[in-house]
Order: sequence, then C-alpha cells, then structure tokens
Amino acid sequence: MNEPYAVEMRGIRKQFGSMIANDNVDFAVKAGEVHALLGENGAGKSTLLSMLSGVYRSTGGDILIHGRKVNIRSPKDALALGIGMVFQQFRLVHTLTAAENIVLGEKSSVWRGASWMRRKMEEIGAVADRFGLNIAADRPVWRMSVGEQQRVEIVKVLYRGADIILLDEPTSVLTPGEAGQLFETLRQLRAAGKTIILTTHKLREVMEIADRISVMRKGRMLKTMSRFETSERELAQLMVGKPPAGVMKPEARLPGRPLLEVDGLTVDAGEGRAAVRDLSLAVREGEIVGIAGVAGNGQSELAEALAGLRPWSGGTIRVCGREWKRSSVRMAIESGVSLVPENRMRSGLAGSLDIVDNLLLKTYRRPERSRFGLLRGSRNRAWARSLVERFDVRAAGLDTPVRQLSGGNQQKLLLAREADRDPKLMIAVHPTQGLDIGAAESVHRLLLGLRDAGRGVLLISEDLDEVLQLSDRILVMFGGTIIGEMSRDNADRERIGLYMAGLRDVPGEEAS
Amino acid sequence: MNGKAAAAGMEAEGAGARRRAAMSRLRIEFDPVRDRSPWWAPIAAAAAALAVCALFIAANGMDPLAVYKKMLTGAFGTRFGVTETLVKSIPLLLCGIGVSVAYRISFWNIGAEGQFLAGAMAATAVTIYLPDLPAAAALPLMTLAGIAAGGLWGLMTAVPRAYFQVNELISSLMLNYVALLLLDYFVFGPWRDPGGLNFPGSPMFTAEQSLPAFGRTRLHFGLVFALAAVLLYAFLFRYTRWGYELRLIGSNPEAARNAGINLNRQLLLVMLASGGLAGLAGMAEVSGVAHRLMYGISPGYGYTAIIVAWIARLHPLGLILSAFLFGGLIVGGYSVQTIGLPSATSEMLQGAVLFFVIAGAALGRIRIRRVR
Repeated sequence: MNEPYAVEMRGIRKQFGSMIANDNVDFAVKAGEVHALLGENGAGKSTLLSMLSGVYRSTGGDILIHGRKVNIRSPKDALALGIGMVFQQFRLVHTLTAAENIVLGEKSSVWRGASWMRRKMEEIGAVADRFGLNIAADRPVWRMSVGEQQRVEIVKVLYRGADIILLDEPTSVLTPGEAGQLFETLRQLRAAGKTIILTTHKLREVMEIADRISVMRKGRMLKTMSRFETSERELAQLMVGKPPAGVMKPEARLPGRPLLEVDGLTVDAGEGRAAVRDLSLAVREGEIVGIAGVAGNGQSELAEALAGLRPWSGGTIRVCGREWKRSSVRMAIESGVSLVPENRMRSGLAGSLDIVDNLLLKTYRRPERSRFGLLRGSRNRAWARSLVERFDVRAAGLDTPVRQLSGGNQQKLLLAREADRDPKLMIAVHPTQGLDIGAAESVHRLLLGLRDAGRGVLLISEDLDEVLQLSDRILVMFGGTIIGEMSRDNADRERIGLYMAGLRDVPGEEAS
Repeated sequence: MNGKAAAAGMEAEGAGARRRAAMSRLRIEFDPVRDRSPWWAPIAAAAAALAVCALFIAANGMDPLAVYKKMLTGAFGTRFGVTETLVKSIPLLLCGIGVSVAYRISFWNIGAEGQFLAGAMAATAVTIYLPDLPAAAALPLMTLAGIAAGGLWGLMTAVPRAYFQVNELISSLMLNYVALLLLDYFVFGPWRDPGGLNFPGSPMFTAEQSLPAFGRTRLHFGLVFALAAVLLYAFLFRYTRWGYELRLIGSNPEAARNAGINLNRQLLLVMLASGGLAGLAGMAEVSGVAHRLMYGISPGYGYTAIIVAWIARLHPLGLILSAFLFGGLIVGGYSVQTIGLPSATSEMLQGAVLFFVIAGAALGRIRIRRVR
C-alpha cells in the first residue's frame, strides 16, 4: 500500500435537489488497472464519473489523484490532471472528420493551414497506432459506424494526454463483435499503463474485462473486489440487493391463430432510403416474438408502421386476418394494437398533464370514458385510481404531472394504460430501457401475463438478455429486414451476435 | 438529554452551514422546462413596469404619482370611467380568449388584429348590402358574418402552416397589414358615407344594426358575448373531449399523434375558433360602439390581447382580470391627455408590462443556488 491510488474518492456526496445520487461514496482505483463500476440504472455510477470528469461538482467529500488532493471544477481541470471521459452519448460533430473532431477546441495555433492539419493527422495517426486503434482520421464522422465513432472518442481522449480514462456504458451501443474489439483495445491501453474506469450493468462484460469491480446500489458503494474473488452470481446479488429469482424461464405454450401477419413490408425513411425492406413476420396468439438487433436497423420504423404512425410503401399488414388499407392510428387502436413506444416521455406520455389525463390517452373516445363530447370526470378518476393501485404506480396523487414521476413509475403508468385496454397485440419497444431491475421485472411479468392470456407480444429490444429471457421466438433484424430466426430452444447468443453484425453466413453452418 | 443532543446537533449543523456559506459562491442554473415563477409574478411585473415608466414621466417634467392617479381615477374612479373601461375590455377579452385558444396548442397566432378587422368588415358588409333587414335578422347575420370572416382570416395562417410548414408568426402578422389596408380601401373607397363630409367611415348603422346597450351607457351587448366566451373557454378545456385533445396537443403533440389525433385538422379547427372570437370582437365593436366601420377602428386591440393573454397565463379568470386592467389602461391613457401627456404613455406602460412579464417567466426558470 505504499503506492498511492491513481484515483481515490473519499466520502463523496452528490445531491440533486432532494435526490441523493451519491451518498458518502468511497472509491479507489489502482494505477494501470481496468476497474468496472457496476450497478443498476440510477445506482449513481455515471454521477460518480461525472464528478471525476468535471461535469458535476460534488456536494461533499474529497478527490485524490495520484495521492494529491484536487479540486476538479471543469472538464478542463480534469484533463489537466490526465483524466479523460468517453461519454455514453458521443460528443462528436457529425459533419467534421475524425481528425477535425479530435483537434477541435485546441488553442495552440491560430493559423490552421494544410500543413498544420497534416502534422496533426500524423500525430493522431501515431497515437492511434500506438494503441492499435484503427480509425480513418480523414473520414467524416457521419459515415462511421458506432464502434468507429467510439474509437474516435477514445483516440481524442488519448491524444489530449489522458492517462486515466473513464468510459460511461461503453458497450451499450455496440454489437457483441464491436464490444469484443473494444475490450481488446482496453487491454492494450492497460498494457501501456493507462488506468481505465468503466461503468456497466452487464455482468458478463465485467467478468471478461475488469481487474477489480466495485458495485453500487442506490447511490451507495457496496463493495470493491477483485475479479478472481467473485462470481457473476454474487455480483448480481449485490446489484439487486436480493438473490435473483433465478432466470425466469416461462413455460412455452402452444401458440394459436395469427394475430399479426406482415408480408414483404417496405417502409421509407425519407430521402429515398428504405428503413424497412421486404420484411415478413408473424405473431400468433399466446406468443412473444422478440426482435433483437442493433439500434437503427429499422426497428423504430417497423414499430411505427405497425402502430399506424408511419405509412408504408410496399407489402401488406394484416391484423387478426384483416388487411390494413392505409396507415391510421385510430384504426390501430381500435383493432387492438397497443404500442409501448421507444421513448416514453417523447411520444408516450404528456409530461405536464396529470395521471388521469395520461391514462385516458388511448381510450378517451370510448363511451365509458366520455359521453356526448364530455369527459366522465368522477368515473374516470375512480378508474384511474384503481389502475394506479393495480399497477403499483407510486405518485403523490392523481393530479401529479407525470413529468414528476420517476422513470419506472412513468413506464408502469404507460403499461397500465396499454394493458388495461386489453390489447390483442402489444408492440413493446425497449420496454425496460432506463428502468431498475425491480421495475424491469414487473414489466416482464406484465408481458408474460399478456402472453398467457392469449395475447401476442412483439418485443423489440436492444437488450439481448431481455429478448432471450422472454421470447418464444427470436428474430434478428439487420439492414431493415429479418436476417435470422430461431426458436427459444435453439437460440444461441453467439449466432444472434453474428446476425446482429449482419453476418448471415454463419461459419460452420452448411447450406442444406 | 435528548433535547440537549438535538440542540448540539443543530448547533453543529449551523456551524457547518456557516462554514459552507463562507466557502460558497452563487451558481445560476437554468431549467428550460419548468417555469416556477410564483403566482404574484405578474403583479411584480406590473409594479416594475410602473416604476420604469415613472422615470420616463418624471423625465418629461411631470409628477408620476399625479399621472398615475389621474389614470386610475380616469379609468376606475367614476361611473363613466368604469363603463368605458368595460367597453374597452370587451374586445380585449374576446381577442384574448381567441389567442389563448391558439396558444394552448402552442400555435403562435399574433394575427388577432387582422381577424378583428376582418370581422368588423364582414359585419359592416351585411349593413351595406342588406340594409333593410329587421333587427332579428340583421344582428344574428352580422354576428355570424363577423365570426366567419375572423375564422377564415385565421385559417389563412393555419392552412399554410399545416400543409407547408409556413411559420405562423410571420404569416399571421403580415395578414394584419393586409386586413388594415383592406379596411382603408373600404372606408376611403366604396363604403365611404356619401353624407359624411369626407370622413373615412361607412354610413352610420341603423338601430336595427346596432347591438343593444345597457341603460344610457355605452356598455353594449358585446359584454354578454365576452362573458359567454370565457365560460365556454373554461368549460371546453376542463370538461370536454375536444378540450382534452387540445390539452394533449399542447402538452406533447407526439403523444397526441399516438392517441390518434389528427394534428392538422385540430390546428385548423383551433384557428377557426381563435379567429372567430377575434372576428366577433370586431363585429361587436362596429355594431355596439362605433356604429359604423371607420378608419382606425381598432387602437390595437388584437395586439394588446396578446399581452392580456400572457399576463393571464391563458387562465379564464385571469383573462377577465387582465382584460379589465388593460381596458382601464386604455381609458386612463385618454384621461392623461387632458394634463398634457401623450396617450402613448399608456401604450408605453402596456409594452413595459409585457416586457417584465416575459422577463419574469424567464427568471422563473432560473435558480440561484449556493455551491461549495
């Protein structure tokens, strides 16, 4: 213990209004290690990193860098101490090239001619080569894949001289293949003596890459341990705070008649680009069909088309055997299609309106909810109260604007609304995004309950674990179409990963 | 013992707070979403406006207090003053509700002035082309014509916005000038009263074409229109299905689309209503007050209505109060002319009030906090 820690945080406290994000957190990272900060969404991991990188300032506690007490007031201070952060949402200008992004904000020289840029390109190339990071420095960012953009971010941080590198949820946007590549990079960085801190809530990744692991829950630091003295099971228990109920493997049932039949569907994304092309799928009564895939492969557009929010240009959609002639939300609602949208506050809920109003959103036209053009006030309130109780939505009262609810309670409210309509088909897009494990579990139970009641569920999610855990059949979407399908029993993570990366020809699989 | 421990704890906390305060500095945080300004913010804004205008009046060599007193008594101090104030608040209230309906769905209609003039012109057209109708036919027809013309004028900004994404701020403002020039054309041209000694106005309306007045005052039946409109407005947003749809659009148009609401259709309906209310105000003004269409029929009611709506925060009760207040400001403005100040003093005051209200709303999004 004679060598000081690269990063030491003592008694760190951070408060946002009345919400305590970090409560007396002690955290120490050795120089030259990969340290994983593990915890559910909202455990306070990102907040802790943000205080190290100067985005937030702590409400209390001390930060020591290489044994020296420091005061980090801004990202500039952090950089001067050799701390660089790769954010979950990349901070890149899409129209500029990688190199231009990297030198952005540099104050060394006023004149930036061709020769200056050439010299910078060489310097950037040298940094990238040294750590085995393969980037095309002269290519504009918008033409890069997400994995490549992330490498640009890492090179940017290295180029600016960071030796403590923070990565916030670095794998959340990557395909499994890209994640593997990222881990390779991290190992090289470690070999070069860099200190790496990353946040994640994926146990598998932690066990694969981290030397030491710290687990946080609800703003508190629970435990720091070496990878070799722990197990996935122990980590999961620490994260959740209770032993996981085992993997919830719902019993497969015999699916019934088809509820949704999509044949050769093509949806335009504008500018002559097809977001969904020639896609066919079916969802039957009593089954959950999961669509896995990396975001941006047409999943959102598919969901919007099926909810009547987006017109399609080719192919057919049939719901309960009836073909849809045109795109109409009203028709989708009335034929029993329910949508749990991707971003609940953007398109699912009206933030400034209260709970009753938000519950009414899809059903206010029904005679139980309104009559002669008037809303049935007291009746609707009683109904809303019963829903709030049944779905365990925690709120100060029915008049609370839903903006003031927590993310989990907002999602529960939205699901209460959609499930209460007794939909025939529920399209759930990233239904547990941003939720903690407890809330996510209740969402899963609800989807399984719908299935068991003979309804169909189309689950679109980036979270492979979720898809594997819930789906009776799994489809993988890539480039706007279904590239692979497998039943639950022969689903295998690796093959799905390859499909997600667009590799249809899985090696070792003979064409019959 | 417990109490002692608690006291010690409090003392420690107090010391901590002092230490923190000593090391603290102020930080300004901006919350773009939530306006947390308190209910008294509009009153504070009005007070600030009065204070600033007082400086201006003093710079003109007048005693601001005396001027304000004069305005106050002119507007509210006498029976005549109060009825005049009410007369002025009728068009303000109707136009104010009109723009409020549009603002509720975040459609920035600043064309109430043009919609008001369109209504006034359409009502006058009835008197010109169907001069001999009995009151039972003339007044309803004029009312309908006023509402329809205002609504159509409103649609002229809603249609381009709905189908071609034309910015409504620009189109609604520009259409105000179109309406104003059209008015000038009629009163200087085809509709000019031949027996009016070249006065730019239409012939005087007959008794059948005039809205009834209350007693011997100038206060007319338009007050009933205005109060009915407030009630309808309050009822619509609170209890009806359509009001619910509009609230949904106002809060989150994307969510409204998800509920199967046709946003473009709602926009057209709202502007029909918004313009219709302003058009009704125009009809009431020519038929109840001026009894003719004339040059300068509106001293800017449509613009003042925007201020009225903002200060009321689109709230029905607030609309009544602020319309009455601004009616008083107009009347008070007339009365200060008698002591040698331009009536523009009241316009300056109106502008200053709006300025401070908007500044107050912006400040309501800013928190000043101590940080370590």
